[in-house]
Amino acid sequence: MRYLPLTKADRVSMLETIGAKSVDELYSDVPEGALLSEPVDLPHHLGELQVERDMAKLAAKNMGTASVPSFLGAGAYRHHVPATVDYIIQRGEFLTAYTPYQPEIAQGTLQYLFEFQTQVASITGMDVANASMWDGATSCAEAVLMACRATRRKKAVLSGGLHPHYREVTETYCQYSDTEVAGRDGHPEKQATADELDDLIDDQTACVVVQYPDVFGRIQDHTKLADACHAKGALLIVVFTEAMAFGAIKSPGSFGADIVCGEGQSIGNNLNYGGPYVGLFATTSKLVRQMPGRLCGETVDQDGKRGFVLTLSTREQHIRREKATSNICTNSGLCSLAFTVHMSLLGEDGYRGVAMLNHETACKTADAIDAVPGAEVVNDSFFNEFTVKLAKPAAEVVEALVGKGILGGVPLSRLYPNRDDLGNYLLVAATETNTDEDIADFASALKEVLA
Amino acid sequence: MSFTTHTGNRGLVLEEKLIFEQGEPGRTGVDLPKPAGIKSRLGGLDRDSDVGLPGLSEPQVVRHFTRLSQKNFGIDSGFFPLGSCTMKHNPRLNEKVARMPGLADLHPMQPESTVQGALELIDSCAHWLLVLTGMPAVSMSPAAGAQGELCGMMAIRAALDARGENRRRVLVPESAHGTNPATAAACGFTVDSIPATEDGRVDLAAFEAKLGDDVAGIMLTNPNTCGLFERDVRKIADLVHAAGGYFYCDGANFNAIVGRVRPADLGIDAMHINLHKTFSTPHGGGGPGSGPVVFSDALAPFAPIPYVVRKGEKFHLVETAEEQDGKKPFGRLKGFHGQMGMFIRALSYMKSHGADGLRQASGDAVLNANYLLARLKDKLSVAFPGYCMHEALFDDDFLKDTGVSTLDLAKAIIDEGFHPMTMYFPLVVHGALLIEPTETETKESIDQFCDAVLALVAKAESGDAEFFKNAPYLTPRRRLDETAAARKPVLRWMPESA
Repeated sequence: MRYLPLTKADRVSMLETIGAKSVDELYSDVPEGALLSEPVDLPHHLGELQVERDMAKLAAKNMGTASVPSFLGAGAYRHHVPATVDYIIQRGEFLTAYTPYQPEIAQGTLQYLFEFQTQVASITGMDVANASMWDGATSCAEAVLMACRATRRKKAVLSGGLHPHYREVTETYCQYSDTEVAGRDGHPEKQATADELDDLIDDQTACVVVQYPDVFGRIQDHTKLADACHAKGALLIVVFTEAMAFGAIKSPGSFGADIVCGEGQSIGNNLNYGGPYVGLFATTSKLVRQMPGRLCGETVDQDGKRGFVLTLSTREQHIRREKATSNICTNSGLCSLAFTVHMSLLGEDGYRGVAMLNHETACKTADAIDAVPGAEVVNDSFFNEFTVKLAKPAAEVVEALVGKGILGGVPLSRLYPNRDDLGNYLLVAATETNTDEDIADFASALKEVLA
Repeated sequence: MSFTTHTGNRGLVLEEKLIFEQGEPGRTGVDLPKPAGIKSRLGGLDRDSDVGLPGLSEPQVVRHFTRLSQKNFGIDSGFFPLGSCTMKHNPRLNEKVARMPGLADLHPMQPESTVQGALELIDSCAHWLLVLTGMPAVSMSPAAGAQGELCGMMAIRAALDARGENRRRVLVPESAHGTNPATAAACGFTVDSIPATEDGRVDLAAFEAKLGDDVAGIMLTNPNTCGLFERDVRKIADLVHAAGGYFYCDGANFNAIVGRVRPADLGIDAMHINLHKTFSTPHGGGGPGSGPVVFSDALAPFAPIPYVVRKGEKFHLVETAEEQDGKKPFGRLKGFHGQMGMFIRALSYMKSHGADGLRQASGDAVLNANYLLARLKDKLSVAFPGYCMHEALFDDDFLKDTGVSTLDLAKAIIDEGFHPMTMYFPLVVHGALLIEPTETETKESIDQFCDAVLALVAKAESGDAEFFKNAPYLTPRRRLDETAAARKPVLRWMPESA
């Protein structure tokens, strides 16, 4: 077996040193009858060539987004990932390192985490960010729990514009901690305003959670909502699913948000059918000690040279056990490296440039779709994703588009299976990866399907 | 010879500034079409200030991160016996297949008809896990081991709620990983600690005395964090079941028994599996992980959404938490469907090893650990008697009167070119040294490590504590001031003027 270096002779001589007759003897604590004498009923080992062939067969049964015009979003976005990103994250010193517990031989990981934290704080407009969470949805849930700790209150108000998966994960995380989760259902054609949530905010409210841009793609100013929250002693949590957006729109920090968190997949990470992704989590200096997850900080070594370490670990489970701020242990280290490398390549000009390119591609796509009979773009504002009202059920339209070789968006019925009123709405995203031909093909296919 | 250089660089060890200290306005590492400058539809919220990102060209970025990588120790660099973390070889084949078109570029919200291969892959990975554990059900969605624990404990909470029982006490051995009590607390349970016996296992009498009708269950790691098999595990399972509770097994150390012992035969109700430990997906400097959870029939109905079901030749993804087919999911744990990228890598690893190879892998892991134990036991103080499983645990008694601590010894090991063992965990042993060689190491590398440790111990005994206090000497950075970092946290770069 190619991954196992011990030879038969090694095994014999090692058993001799140990003073055991067989490997089975080393398992002598296993209860009677539980130690198997034969391999379990699964196929035996395969060479690289065969494994690769097997996996390629599975891959061939899928329609990859890179192979057809694709307009899917709803929390995961296809962007171009520069070749450098994948090269760097596959360097063994990064790929095969562990959490940097021995900082003297982990300065590489620690320094990029420090750079990552700075980049995340910069794009969200916040003071500090952590070294990543598992994904956007778990970041949202952890933000709500953090707000409850910080305010010592037990009620969270969720906007109807929040991605349903984020809402479900938050509800799941809160259900056993006596935290009340309130909110309103969203609708792509009923504009949510600060007033929508105003009357739900009371002196027991720990936080209000809004998404920016929201799940239907709309962009709203939340300054008033921040003021309304703060007037009642509650925190404003701004959630995002598209980290590329902040190259084009004002940062949530500029509204006075207390916690900003969301999904970082868009930058540096492949779609991977939904994971692994990277949760971004930022807050104010005031709240930093309530923050979940790992944090990297600057310090000096014995010779006075600048270096980096994991810090404020008294918040964490390995020290605090049942009193920890979260049970999170590892985060999304390698995905945060991919984010950092991509963001470093982009820089100020590249980040803002690619964001505007996304927006302009989405504008072109929206205009092309709006011109199709039976399709109407309902958004007044959007970044790279918007909602379309169709003359037919969106799920059927999407299935028919597949027949024409096009991945034409996410039907809202997929996200809201119990909402009959949303059956005809389609969520469409366009990024810098979509060409003019893609858009034209999509529009003409949609025209045929709706005819 | 000790001297300073003009640059501060030392041969191949190059000093590297932060990217924020290297950028120049107008520079970039990407070439993109210029935006046409059309009228925006951003709701009047167009960004009107700089983000504050530095501009670097591609060669600068490549050099920056290459230099950073050279300050890191990975499994690819050398022997990495970090106990409880299982730093085994990460096959590159797994990386290659995870990047295949048709896998890496799948969007999680594509219609089911376009992702039948992906759903089959998840189902296939699940099948391997079910056969290897002997369990009837598995949830693939948890993002990491700690979330796997959350998944298992939430299922227990949901099952108790369905029974209408208000049991809130969870028994957790003292030696447990910190995530266990943190997870139990997150599910609204209180934690009651069980003491260990002199031989490093659960104190069965103390455990039995703590059972009662308010006990929700036990969270037990097996093999445990001392690297020992809990030989009373079946009795523990029987007792907790008789008391009306559930048995959550922390499967962090499944790598020691995979292919040789099926957890189902030990009486467990739920167990998470760290794919980055047992099934070689890369640790990545701290994630991403993946923590599927296997369930007994008693807990299976409560597993979270989403899950894959097979209907004839077609695979179907269930994404709603409504009761159906006898299932009552407790909710959703993360966005979309789990760590697909990790399922691909784990399946590639399982297929490579096969049932025969996995069995050989666990056997070699245990053999390597016992060999290391045998080589060190006369000079170091073994924490508990008898054979170990995949890792060997020592306490710091052998360092008594030397003035050298476990930490000091670990730092000296770094200079010898190894990653140190896990220090000060588990907490049940004073100054713990937990050493896990894994099955992918040669006898030669284990011998080299043991020789170096024995030489260092002899040096410590000779009274050279000062040498150890100042180690390491040869690393890119020497000991770092962690107290200063925590007292006045600097968590981001700021421009000079700010």
